[in-house]
Amino acid sequence: MKEYNLDDSYITDITEESALSTKDIQVFYGDNHAIFDANLVFPRFKITSLIGASGSGKSTFLRCLNRMNDKIAKVDGKILYRNVDINAPKTNVYEVRKHIGMVFQRPNPFAKSIRDNITFALKNNGVKDKEELNQRLETSLKEAALWDEVKDNLDKSALALSGGQQQRLCIARSIAMRPDILLLDEPASALDPISTSKIEETLKKLSEQYTIIIVTHNLQQASRISDYTAFFHLGHIVEYNKTVKVFTNPKMKATDDYVSGNFG
Amino acid sequence: MDKIQKKLQTKSKATFQDYFGKGICYLCIGLIILLVTCILYFIASKGLATFTQDKVRVFDFLTKTNWNPGAVDSQGHPDVGALPMIVTSFSVTLLAALLATPFALGVAIFMAEFSSKKGTKVLQPVIELLVGIPSVVYGFIGLSVVVPFIREIFGGTGFGILSGTLVLFVMILPTITSLSVDSLKAVPMFYRQASLALGATRWQTIYKVVLRAAIPGILTAIIFGMARAFGEALAVQMVIGNAALMPKNLISPASTLTSKLTTDIGNTVMGTLPNNALWSLALILLLMSLILNMLVKFIGKRGRF
Amino acid sequence: MNAKKVDKIANVVIYTIVALVVILLLAILGYILFNGVPDISWHFLTSAAQSFSSGGGIRDQLFNSLYLLVLTIIVSLPIGLGAGIYLSEYASDNWFTDLIRTSVEVLSSLPSVVVGLFGYLLFVIKLNLGFSILSGAIALTFFNLPLLTRNIEESLRGVPNLQREAGMSLGLSNWKTTTKIVLPAALPGILTGLILSAGRIFGEAAALIYTAGQSAPTVDYGNWNIFSSTSFLNPMRPAETLAVHIWKVNTESVTPDAHLISSASSAVLIIVILIFNLGARFLGNKLYKKITATK
Repeated sequence: MKEYNLDDSYITDITEESALSTKDIQVFYGDNHAIFDANLVFPRFKITSLIGASGSGKSTFLRCLNRMNDKIAKVDGKILYRNVDINAPKTNVYEVRKHIGMVFQRPNPFAKSIRDNITFALKNNGVKDKEELNQRLETSLKEAALWDEVKDNLDKSALALSGGQQQRLCIARSIAMRPDILLLDEPASALDPISTSKIEETLKKLSEQYTIIIVTHNLQQASRISDYTAFFHLGHIVEYNKTVKVFTNPKMKATDDYVSGNFG
Repeated sequence: MDKIQKKLQTKSKATFQDYFGKGICYLCIGLIILLVTCILYFIASKGLATFTQDKVRVFDFLTKTNWNPGAVDSQGHPDVGALPMIVTSFSVTLLAALLATPFALGVAIFMAEFSSKKGTKVLQPVIELLVGIPSVVYGFIGLSVVVPFIREIFGGTGFGILSGTLVLFVMILPTITSLSVDSLKAVPMFYRQASLALGATRWQTIYKVVLRAAIPGILTAIIFGMARAFGEALAVQMVIGNAALMPKNLISPASTLTSKLTTDIGNTVMGTLPNNALWSLALILLLMSLILNMLVKFIGKRGRF
Repeated sequence: MNAKKVDKIANVVIYTIVALVVILLLAILGYILFNGVPDISWHFLTSAAQSFSSGGGIRDQLFNSLYLLVLTIIVSLPIGLGAGIYLSEYASDNWFTDLIRTSVEVLSSLPSVVVGLFGYLLFVIKLNLGFSILSGAIALTFFNLPLLTRNIEESLRGVPNLQREAGMSLGLSNWKTTTKIVLPAALPGILTGLILSAGRIFGEAAALIYTAGQSAPTVDYGNWNIFSSTSFLNPMRPAETLAVHIWKVNTESVTPDAHLISSASSAVLIIVILIFNLGARFLGNKLYKKITATK
């Protein structure tokens, strides 16, 4: 692997309204220092891609943003959401996760019906009204572009759906909670090209109402859908800029090598 | 501070659900730990009373061969020598393990290595069923088949260590077999492939490579089988003859720790020496099962792939 | 002798051993079923046992076995669930977890007669419950708990972590995620284990001789008042189970048809356990298919 100066980085200033920002995030797996001084500002209603080779720390970083690493790793630093440091120990993680949803690499619907997959968390959150539950079910499935395919089979097991449909169901399940921010961890990596393009379309539409942060190893995907891109290398954020600039005019040698395929 | 900010920083229903859930789990765990402590404490304190209260010497208890708790010997010590029961217990256990191991290994090798799917499909459920057959049923078969059979061939009453061994052999066979199958299956495939690729025959591969690699697991299986045999009460009690005598041979009536306990504990009065002496037998049983348990742990720590 | 010859001999030896074992197993099952089944009759299953004359049945013993089984499961399942959930979902790698695991192992390695004697000492004598169904059920709980706990823990561990992450990412508490998402997904395994352990409980006798007792008093099957001493539901009455009955008629009883009663009772016991075994497989598979939506 080529050696790059990891202390050097180019992070652009975000002038738009911030939805979420991190300050000096460090992540440790035991003695292993996995993320170094991550400082990023995520603009509201935009799609931000996190790219980098496997092991660069992009997924680890993403999982910090809604405290999914709590049990696995030690995370230092601040994560600001609505001016609250949500990485503080006494922050209510359950509330955090209601506002910052997550979709995972592999589709993971519950072993319940399609309807229950969406409404389960809502019911647990005190939404009891049948009318409203149905309403939210329909809206979120429509937003995730799944409604037309499943509207006649809402009580069928979610596990009977195809992989691509399951993943869109997971997206619907997240947005049914009406979060502010949606985190996606390589949501299309386990899917075929047709399902992938459907998911991409869906995300594009969703970015009108949600702030989206997506980890992807697929550079075309990052350039197709995202407004901003951050490039991770060995736990460092090397470059963060508008997607167009990252891909056409990278400031850092490492980024240049990575996006042009000369990496490693 | 707006509503969301406030919610982010205060405890919610979910927080309390977690407290509640953790509380319940700790309660259950605490109950189990308390229970184990209680068992150890009660049996130990009862079992030690023979030595502390009734002043029986531990050495005498373990080495003397006369079990007659109601009487005293020539020196005025109570006459409780547990050696006959200890010897009988160890004899049936070791003999049964000795007898069962080759059979269990044979079947295990067949199921793990020869593994025609049909064989495994038939053998697996049968072995599971055998594990599930209640010990009184084994005892009943022992009583109505094995004991008369032994009587027919060797004379005597038919009750004794040999009958006990044969019944225990059948009881621990499935235990040792199924655990051995697991440990054979845990040997990585490439061990076998490497050996076969070097031109070894199947038997050479099994004998020199697979069995050696699986030795810790097989030992564990045998120890589990022995633990089951040592602790088995009713099946043995039904065929051993229940005479607290030093066994002279394999076909004379004898008594194991467990059989002595089940036969006599209801006929003695709590707190008296004859009763306390029985609790001391229970303590030996308990200690033995702890020792076997530790042995399994020790082997597990030393031999891992 | 060359390697090929040894290989052949080894093959023959192994096949012989397997054949011997299979014959042995078939002989045991065959013996019990052929001897016992012809003696099972409606009269045998529904009439009371006789102490001194022949022709007695096993009505009360059969009911006692089932009643004890139900009570034992009612007592042990919640504790096993709590402990299993702790071990699979909360336990971290520290001394406390080691202590728990060691406790469970010790409990599972104790001979059932020792567990029974402890139950006798604590419940029958110290707490003065006497020989009773309750004492028996608690003793059986001790005997059943370690296996049940381990089975539940393993079934829960078998549920992919992704399911937990899905629940967490929606802002659900760990407890809700565990009970409402992970637990249902682990249900096939838990159910199979539970039914198999029911078979063990059903056949256990050593732990019961001195806790539930060796006598089956006549009870009134129409009396539903569980506090009445003649009620069949009264948990404070002594209750000889089927397995204890087999032991008893073979060792201490003077019934003239002891052999007939034992062989028929053994057959009943084996058949019930067989049903449990097959039922566990069948239900587990069916539930698994239902949950994963495979046909």
